[in-house]
Amino acid sequence: MTDQTALHYTEEHEWIALDGDVATIGITDYAAEKLGDVVFVELPGAGTTVTEGTVVGEIESTKSVGELFAPVSGEVVEANQAVVDSPELVNSDPFGEGWLIKVNASSLPKFLTHDEYRALVGE
Amino acid sequence: MTNEPGTTSPESPSAAASADVAERRSPLDAVHRAAGASFTDFAGWQMPVRYSSDLAEHHAVRNSAGLFDLSHMGEIVLIGPQSAAALDHALAGKLSAIEIGQAKYSLLLADDGGIIDDLVVYRTGDDRYMVVANASNAAVVADELRTRAAGFDTIVQDESDDIALIALQGPDARAVLLETPGFGVDGPGNDEEDFDAKLEALKYYRAFPATFEGEPVLVARTGYTGEDGFELYLAPERATRLWEALSETGGPRVTPCGLASRDTLRLEAGMPLYGHELSRDILPVQAGLGRVVALAKPDDFVGRTAVEQGPAADAPVLVGLAAEGRRAARADYEVFDGADADATRVGVITSGALSPTLGHPIAMALVAPGLAEPGRELFVDVRGTRIAASVVPLPFYKRTA
Repeated sequence: MTDQTALHYTEEHEWIALDGDVATIGITDYAAEKLGDVVFVELPGAGTTVTEGTVVGEIESTKSVGELFAPVSGEVVEANQAVVDSPELVNSDPFGEGWLIKVNASSLPKFLTHDEYRALVGE
Repeated sequence: MTNEPGTTSPESPSAAASADVAERRSPLDAVHRAAGASFTDFAGWQMPVRYSSDLAEHHAVRNSAGLFDLSHMGEIVLIGPQSAAALDHALAGKLSAIEIGQAKYSLLLADDGGIIDDLVVYRTGDDRYMVVANASNAAVVADELRTRAAGFDTIVQDESDDIALIALQGPDARAVLLETPGFGVDGPGNDEEDFDAKLEALKYYRAFPATFEGEPVLVARTGYTGEDGFELYLAPERATRLWEALSETGGPRVTPCGLASRDTLRLEAGMPLYGHELSRDILPVQAGLGRVVALAKPDDFVGRTAVEQGPAADAPVLVGLAAEGRRAARADYEVFDGADADATRVGVITSGALSPTLGHPIAMALVAPGLAEPGRELFVDVRGTRIAASVVPLPFYKRTA
């Protein structure tokens, strides 16, 4: 079980787990709930260089399309193939098996804390 | 992560325009909140978009039964000896030709032939009809009908606030309705056996007046999902009891369903949604609804001249599109005649989704008339990527039983 209070968050409803320079990135339960059933995920492949704040992937539900923004700059070291094969993991376990990409971050911006994020979404 | 504007909810564009209107709530609002529904603004109403999972709700309707709250829809009633003549003048169809207890899909046209709304009209008596309009258009339809009926001996009443609508849709709908206690029919006897006999004899697009726990309910074999099913019109204060009775009787066979699944269900069934496939800019024939216009009826009706003249030769026509993979074309995406950058734009997507039943992307699109034959390959710009799609006949899905 992921400790959500230990994660970092963005206003784009993404979460970031930091392990040294490697940032594991996913979308929050709030975002997954708003999207509805996720049926398609497109992620940048390992080796792709991503820039903070730019669109690097897509998360599609039956009803809508969400864009994945890179919350950090750096190089993608892994994309979650399990979530590409089974997009419903984003709904069933957004903070766990539904993670999206891991990025070797070259720098870290200021993130929201758990409390700040929960305040943002009104919970 | 952000949602792309305009793709987050199934409603028509008018929903945004009515955002400043006071938020309206269904008589079933408390039931939905207790069930943990997520809500969306739909034409100024707060309606359930889903209870748990769009896909689970969609499959429930295809495989067992789904329960929908459609209380936001508009009901306009005409009463008077010339109600039939008034509707023949006001609408595109020949409503005088339907029998008491029959329903008919029809269109309210503007003078220029554009579609103001699509409607289901029930003849509930020799001198009375109920016109069911889309929520976003209910007030406009009521106003238009009042204006158009002015010279006829009929009274037009907007009863939208006094009528709730619950739909029970899916292959198990009939069995659940038969098993649900509390139904009867008006008149002598008024018992469950009479109700069951009437329900078992009820044909598609027919309705009969019944009672639920002693209060009137109109039971109609109509719907918007591509499955067999029923729509139940009754007083708002009775809606919660009926919803609960159907849920309790149906048990695991009945799943509460939100507007998200309703949209994917009707799309698979090739049914148009006002604001997407239908608009004031479209003549009925462009949307494949030429058969809905009764040009053979002797009387004049609003829009007749324009419909007889027909659309411009290059006016777009509605087609079905099917693609491979999992990336769906969505409303407003552009359609091209080729994959290359220099290909010509030939149309626009009106609705699209990854079909939950079929497992591949489906869409409806308005395209140039020369490109509408089944088998034609077109290309949809899906956020910068051209996806190949084939023109296919509508509907995408047709129930087998």
